[in-house]
Amino acid sequence: MSSARPKQVLTLIASSLLIVSCAGTTGGGGMAAKSSTGIPLGAAGPHAVQPLPDKPRFGKPISESDLSAWNIDIRTPDGQGLPAGRGSVAQGRQVYQAKCLACHGADAKGGSVYGAMVGGIGSFKGAPRVLTPGSMYPYAPILFDYIRRSMPMDRPQTLSNDEVYALSAYLLNLNGLVPAGAVMDAQSLPRVQMPNRDGFLIDDRPDTQATRCMTNCK
Amino acid sequence: MSSNASRRNFIRKTAALTGGAFAAAGAARAAPLPIPSGNQEPGRIIEETAYGMPSKYEAHVKRRRTDVLKNRQNLSDWIMTPLQHQPGIITPNGLIFERHHAGTPDIDPKTHRLVIHGMVKQPLEFSMDDLTRYPSVSRFHFHECSGNGLTDWLKPASTTVQQTHGLLSGVLWTGVPASTLMEEAGIDPKGKWVLFEGADSSAHTRSIPMEKVLDDAIIAYAMNGEALRPENGYPVRVVIPGWEGNTSVKWLRRIKVGDQPWHFRSETARYTDPMPEGKWRQFSMVMECKSVITSPSGGQKLKGPGFYEVTGLAWSGTGKIRAVDISVDGGKNWREAKLEEPVMDKCLTRFKAAWNWDGQPAVLMSRAVDSTGYVQPTVQDMQKKRAIVGFVQHHNAIQPWAVNANGEVRNVIGQA
Repeated sequence: MSSARPKQVLTLIASSLLIVSCAGTTGGGGMAAKSSTGIPLGAAGPHAVQPLPDKPRFGKPISESDLSAWNIDIRTPDGQGLPAGRGSVAQGRQVYQAKCLACHGADAKGGSVYGAMVGGIGSFKGAPRVLTPGSMYPYAPILFDYIRRSMPMDRPQTLSNDEVYALSAYLLNLNGLVPAGAVMDAQSLPRVQMPNRDGFLIDDRPDTQATRCMTNCK
Repeated sequence: MSSNASRRNFIRKTAALTGGAFAAAGAARAAPLPIPSGNQEPGRIIEETAYGMPSKYEAHVKRRRTDVLKNRQNLSDWIMTPLQHQPGIITPNGLIFERHHAGTPDIDPKTHRLVIHGMVKQPLEFSMDDLTRYPSVSRFHFHECSGNGLTDWLKPASTTVQQTHGLLSGVLWTGVPASTLMEEAGIDPKGKWVLFEGADSSAHTRSIPMEKVLDDAIIAYAMNGEALRPENGYPVRVVIPGWEGNTSVKWLRRIKVGDQPWHFRSETARYTDPMPEGKWRQFSMVMECKSVITSPSGGQKLKGPGFYEVTGLAWSGTGKIRAVDISVDGGKNWREAKLEEPVMDKCLTRFKAAWNWDGQPAVLMSRAVDSTGYVQPTVQDMQKKRAIVGFVQHHNAIQPWAVNANGEVRNVIGQA
């Protein structure tokens, strides 16, 4: 047995040399084709990728009507996407008592789980800034979009459009933004003027100008 | 060199090594090392099938909710990555941070559908089987919540780096380039914004500029070599590389093309930044260049003076990390750390620097520079431009860790 070993080693060395020379002629990597102890590591050559004969297309056509239950987004600045339906402040109060009060508290002043949804208008130039739909939302249709898609938290996407309009009306009224007799629908909701409408500026970063000081920096 | 000379050399080196070992062991242990029990009994058998779990001795390495800011419910909440225990740049799937708006849905991939519609030539529906047939890409990216660090701006509130920076993970995402699916549907030339919507009970939704979607967004179904975890979007999500985590909408069910942004609650009332004069900065979605030292870090204790490797993570939503500087004197003097390969675009980068602690109080800081030349700011730099009031997002300031003479490391954000 022991006499056979040198021959095996020679074969190993020969085969690794072959790999190195192959890699050299194709010009692909191959620098680390074997370890310092002579173990072949596999030549690192470029992979040949066959071009696809055509772009694969696996999507199945679907009509807008077949996905209408999913099509719930509202473009909130102009209300595009608001559905038919309507709801009053008074109706909204009833829906709120039944489905929202447990988490948000009486008169939307904050409850066991979430903070106030009323007030805060005029608070942004001081601290703390009080964030509510009334103080923060730049566009009233955000109320409809968010309530419909996310609320109530235990059963979202179950309210009727009338109920969502009514809740929007109720919360706007609690924030002093529409009168007690208001009715919200696809025409009236986008027209409600929100106090924070002009409160936003578009990302203008980088805004900091840190420098890379290395010694005696402060 | 003759073989005899080489042999003599070897003996000299060996003698020097063992002599050193003897000298160090001069204090002597009470008893010689015993044979470990694992050497003397068979180990656990190989099971027929198994999903491997970490050693029971690593049970302390867990995602954790912070105890600094406790939500009163666990549906719209977050739980953080233990960065102090993570070597390298990849976060294991069981430790990737979670942030949901209404919990994790249970979605059967057989029935899940993704649709693309709106300003396209042909609205399309995809099953998971459809999506996994396309040519795929795999890319390493950091993933960071815009709220990372929001409890610690002007004064320290958190103890550990898990609490200060743990809404951060490093992931290899695999999926279909979003551009592949968008082009198949046929984008209307007027379509400039793209809505992504989740199949969770918040139906979380964001508007993303078309240029970004076509540039590098991925419709991802796998992470770190396996299917997405339920809490990270199973069976499919979009990944918007380098941008705030919530733009990478999980449990993706719908993509809609429009000609302008929708201005959802999630991009007006939330994820916006307080600015001076009562204003708010909107669509600040890029996560700017940032770094943090993960060791030594808050809550740890140094074991006496001597050698320490100061190491941490750096990343940038606008490119690669070009350099990371280290200070041990609270930002007065800096030196460049070593970056460990690979250094990748919009990806966690590991930095390391040797430090010989003299036993005196020290303040450690790291400062990253990205491929655009942007230099990571201090909190004071940021305070000059932004209003630090309330839940402030997009905190990418330098994190100082103070070491006292006992070796205890603590958070001194805003103080150093």
